Amino acid sequence: MSMIFGVPLAVLSGQLLIGVINGAFYALLSLGLAVIFGLLKIINFAHGAMYMLGAMVTVIMFDVMGVNYWVALFMAPLLVGAVGVLIEYFLLRRIAGQDHIYSLLLTFGIALLMQGVLTNIYGVSGLRYSMPDLFKGGINLGFMFLPYYRAWVIGIALVVCFGTWFMIEKTKLGAYLRAGTEDAQLMQGFGINVPLLVSLTYGFGVALAAFAGVLAAPIYSVTPVMGSHILITVFAVVVIGGMGSISGAIITGILMGVVEGLTKTFYPPASSAVIFLVMVVVLMFRPAGLFGKEA
Amino acid sequence: MTMMKKLLTSAVASAMMATGAQAAISNDTVKIGYLADMSGTYRDLAGPNGLKAMEMAIADFGGEVNGAKIEVVSADDRNSADVASSTVRRWVENEDVDLVAGLVASSVSIAVSDILEENGRLGIVSGSAASSITNEHCTPNHIHYVYDTYPLANGTASAVVKEGGKTWYVLTADYAFGHALEGDVTRVVEANGGEIIGTLRHPFPTPDFSSFILQAQASGADVVALANAGADTTNAINTASEFGLTQSGQTLAALLLFLNDVKALGVEAAQGIQLTTGWYWDMNDETRAWSDRFMEETGARPTMIHAGVYSSTMQYLKAIEATGSDDAQTVRKQMMNTPINDMFTKNGVIREDGRMVHDMYLAEVKTPAESKNEWDLYKILRTIPAEEAYRPLSESKCPLVNK
Repeated sequence: MSMIFGVPLAVLSGQLLIGVINGAFYALLSLGLAVIFGLLKIINFAHGAMYMLGAMVTVIMFDVMGVNYWVALFMAPLLVGAVGVLIEYFLLRRIAGQDHIYSLLLTFGIALLMQGVLTNIYGVSGLRYSMPDLFKGGINLGFMFLPYYRAWVIGIALVVCFGTWFMIEKTKLGAYLRAGTEDAQLMQGFGINVPLLVSLTYGFGVALAAFAGVLAAPIYSVTPVMGSHILITVFAVVVIGGMGSISGAIITGILMGVVEGLTKTFYPPASSAVIFLVMVVVLMFRPAGLFGKEA
Repeated sequence: MTMMKKLLTSAVASAMMATGAQAAISNDTVKIGYLADMSGTYRDLAGPNGLKAMEMAIADFGGEVNGAKIEVVSADDRNSADVASSTVRRWVENEDVDLVAGLVASSVSIAVSDILEENGRLGIVSGSAASSITNEHCTPNHIHYVYDTYPLANGTASAVVKEGGKTWYVLTADYAFGHALEGDVTRVVEANGGEIIGTLRHPFPTPDFSSFILQAQASGADVVALANAGADTTNAINTASEFGLTQSGQTLAALLLFLNDVKALGVEAAQGIQLTTGWYWDMNDETRAWSDRFMEETGARPTMIHAGVYSSTMQYLKAIEATGSDDAQTVRKQMMNTPINDMFTKNGVIREDGRMVHDMYLAEVKTPAESKNEWDLYKILRTIPAEEAYRPLSESKCPLVNK
């Protein structure tokens, strides 16, 4: 078998594929962050908590009402998105225009609150959620065993990422949105309800995180603390991609999944730090990130 | 100043003993600090319910000892040795805490035991696993109560090797506990004629195990062993089943699995997994009776750590009652001289290295057909006698052990 740095090629291909799958998660999560920061200038530290909420809601809806995976895939983002709209309306709006640090602290507080309350109710051992029957099992690719569910995750995540990019960059609604955040007064003069647009944007960004949460529910331990681990990584991804850059978030997300996957193969203990190392290097040479525009 | 205090205390204590006078309880208060992970990965196996178990013990003891009142303070160590150290320093230097109990993450226990030794206070470690806590890290100021990595390896690893699992691949959590467990497993596997063909150290905590499971699969080892705990273990087991690890002919061995982990996985996913435990709630009438009370208080069945916190708090208070003193060395000596017989263990003994040795159990997770309710999870396969379970003193690296 051919080897690369002591690792068989087959194993390496498997790791690359796994990296892309994890990267799809990062892309989905960092996309939401980038949308919220890019359009609203809010540093959303509640993003990990919203991801967690998406997964928790999925499990709870199943336990209480028997809501299945496919319905949850729409319902959970919708519900969590609605929570986001309320948070924007009642809290974030009050600090609009203030220094970024306020939104950071406020959303961090919201995240801790949600995490704490749910930990007290459900504990941290994890809630059980079965995979939909359709996705049980997998296919032997020769170099690795690919569970059907992981293949589905990468497919649907890419579709959603592309759809979001298209909507913001190429449609009229996206144009309104970008214009509204650029000059709210002017847009209001044109009869556009900018505050509503802002609420909906925050709700949408949050719903993206919840969507990632639903995708995560069948494969990871669903616990109230699941979001706190991933949040910092996702922030690093957004910084590397360039704060606010939509396409940057998507591409960097997938790229960082692969970088992390390779580290897990060659030197596993460094895998939790490698993304931050990349961040340091990128910021040294491109302070605005790989895809960010220089201020 | 601390040195001075230490000298004075020991001088006073020995003078009292010499004259046969009743040693006193400092400040007329026995103050216990409960330090554990209250919100993170290890919350459910110790956490707030461990505090509840301690309060149950104090209430059962009568709320006071020799006329002195018993006070409890608690804190969240956030699994950080730094946070734990500063909390315990405050407790012993400013708040006169006599005993620090709970102690879950091994890194926390090792850091805290040094501070306790410096300040002449006592610690009872119930949650930590690293066997090094009473080996190279032993101090005259702490006791390790519930279990450690030595019997975990002895029980599970030797059972799995005997069933034919000759080549092993170990996934290790990259910190003190994981390293200790990996070391103990290696020793047991090799002693039984098996071979470790690969180890992989993963960061703690790790949300995604797919890459590591893939590497374990590619190693072709008979057995993939998990030298980790909590969410890391449950995530790894879930991912292993997703990637068809056992279907492809490999055996999965979870070296440390708690009752709450098994409940989270469910008997469907966890059935047939063998594990070593220091205690199980459904072993006999005595354990069931106590567990029923615990469940009334908390809504959950106790893990071995919850039971251990109750038992060790009782033993500690009994030792104070017997000696009339809350001095760390006096109490520890009394605890060492008194065999432990309660709902947690029969004839448990605390050795000079601080290790409480008692019978351990090899258990297997029941099948969905065998399990009658959500907490009916284990069948006990065999008892591992105390002397077989724990590291013999002859192999000890602890300087307190006279060889």
